[in-house]
Amino acid sequence: MQERLKIKNLSKNFVLHTQNGAILNILNNVSLEVRDGEIVALCGPSGVGKSSLLKAVFGTYRISQGDLVINCGAKEIHLAKASPAEIIELRKHTIGYVSQFLRVIPRVPTIEIVANAAIEAGASSQQATEKAVALLEQLRIPKKLHTLSPLTFSGGEQQRVNIARAMSAPRPIMLFDEPTASLDPENKTTVLTMIAGLKKSGTAILGIFHDRNDREFLNAREVEMEKYKEPENA
Amino acid sequence: MKMNPGIPLLKVENLHKAFGKTKACHDISFELWPGEVLGIVGESGSGKSTLLRLIAGLLEPDKGTISYQQNSKLITLTDLDEPALRHLQRTEWGFVHQHPSDGLRMNVSAGANIGERLMANNWRHYGNIREKAQHWLKAVEIDPARIDDLPRTFSGGMQQRLQIARNLVTNPNLVFLDEPTGGLDVSVQAKLLDLLRGLVSNLGLSAIMVTHDLAVARLLSTRLIVMKQGEIIEHGLTDQVLEDPQAAYSQLLVSSVLQV
Repeated sequence: MQERLKIKNLSKNFVLHTQNGAILNILNNVSLEVRDGEIVALCGPSGVGKSSLLKAVFGTYRISQGDLVINCGAKEIHLAKASPAEIIELRKHTIGYVSQFLRVIPRVPTIEIVANAAIEAGASSQQATEKAVALLEQLRIPKKLHTLSPLTFSGGEQQRVNIARAMSAPRPIMLFDEPTASLDPENKTTVLTMIAGLKKSGTAILGIFHDRNDREFLNAREVEMEKYKEPENA
Repeated sequence: MKMNPGIPLLKVENLHKAFGKTKACHDISFELWPGEVLGIVGESGSGKSTLLRLIAGLLEPDKGTISYQQNSKLITLTDLDEPALRHLQRTEWGFVHQHPSDGLRMNVSAGANIGERLMANNWRHYGNIREKAQHWLKAVEIDPARIDDLPRTFSGGMQQRLQIARNLVTNPNLVFLDEPTGGLDVSVQAKLLDLLRGLVSNLGLSAIMVTHDLAVARLLSTRLIVMKQGEIIEHGLTDQVLEDPQAAYSQLLVSSVLQV
């Protein structure tokens, strides 16, 4: 299978100007690849840089050193040098990111939030809405909640809305930050089955899955992040 | 209006403006692409509103050029004569002022406020203008029965929404927003954000928004420019600037936001 994402000797530092210029070296020489139809799970204790690596791949964290090469089919994009327009284009067609938290405009109904993701990717409004309803039902969001803003929902419901949004228009590369963290066992199985379905259809997946059983269920290749941490006395 | 997605909608190059010894805008350059919402953030007095007024042709720059896409070509605004610029401002652009009283005519009815731009666009039939005005009142969630009332009798939030309706009635390509949610209580802010988001995605309009509210910037803008003392000190995608700010001042700005 084809390499979709190549991370080469990537480092990320934060320079905290407001705190006497303290430098935090959060990722050190990370190298890894993700192929089509493969799930790579980032492992290690909190603070080891797992979420930061996902943010670097999505383009939110600017890369300090090294490179990140994304294969978009027709061409390769080097993320360290990509322009904002190129990153916007990548997010529209190539990379999807499911964060742990739902960030939406107040008052917008759940169904619209989920459908809009597909509309942005080019689906018609009717197709997108039908798919959104199906996904929300599959994820057990009660019908009477579909027309309400998800901001008043429980943590687990919000997480499922976030997943429905990602699933309504999956990209060839998907990043998942603890997608099952606040879910009950039944919903957890549903979400894991959806992610396994993406894998089967050839999606390259990079994610954080805390539970070992989840990683086994997904047949994920584990990458230990501890080795990319800054040495204690550096 | 057909847009060429391959060239910017607006291009600002080396713009300068001083008031006496104060540099309000110093060597400002950036591009706005079709369909984009660009946020300009920074503390009061950083030159954000001056920049917006320069681009919108409400102030004349000391130096620099501003180009705008028309019929798939970039035209230089600084070369346009006064009537041509006015025509552009009334047809293809909108300007939403921070204080509704600066953007509305307070002594004529709500309907007339919306109708004025239509008339500038050669609408003549009274019935059609009234119908369109009612449609837009509904779109900004103002009871159409209030069409003959003066804006003065409206609440601040309603006035702000009326100002938006007045500006958008001619389907502009580019809207300038100066602190559009400033001074409104939060429930009205949410309503306005939802409204603006819908208009941007449904009408395909582009916008430049000055705001000091980073949460508003986060929800509406694609890209952000951070200004300090008349200069751009940082720019990037909204999530980059807010989650990984590079300049000392941007870091201070982001870290100073109170958590709810």
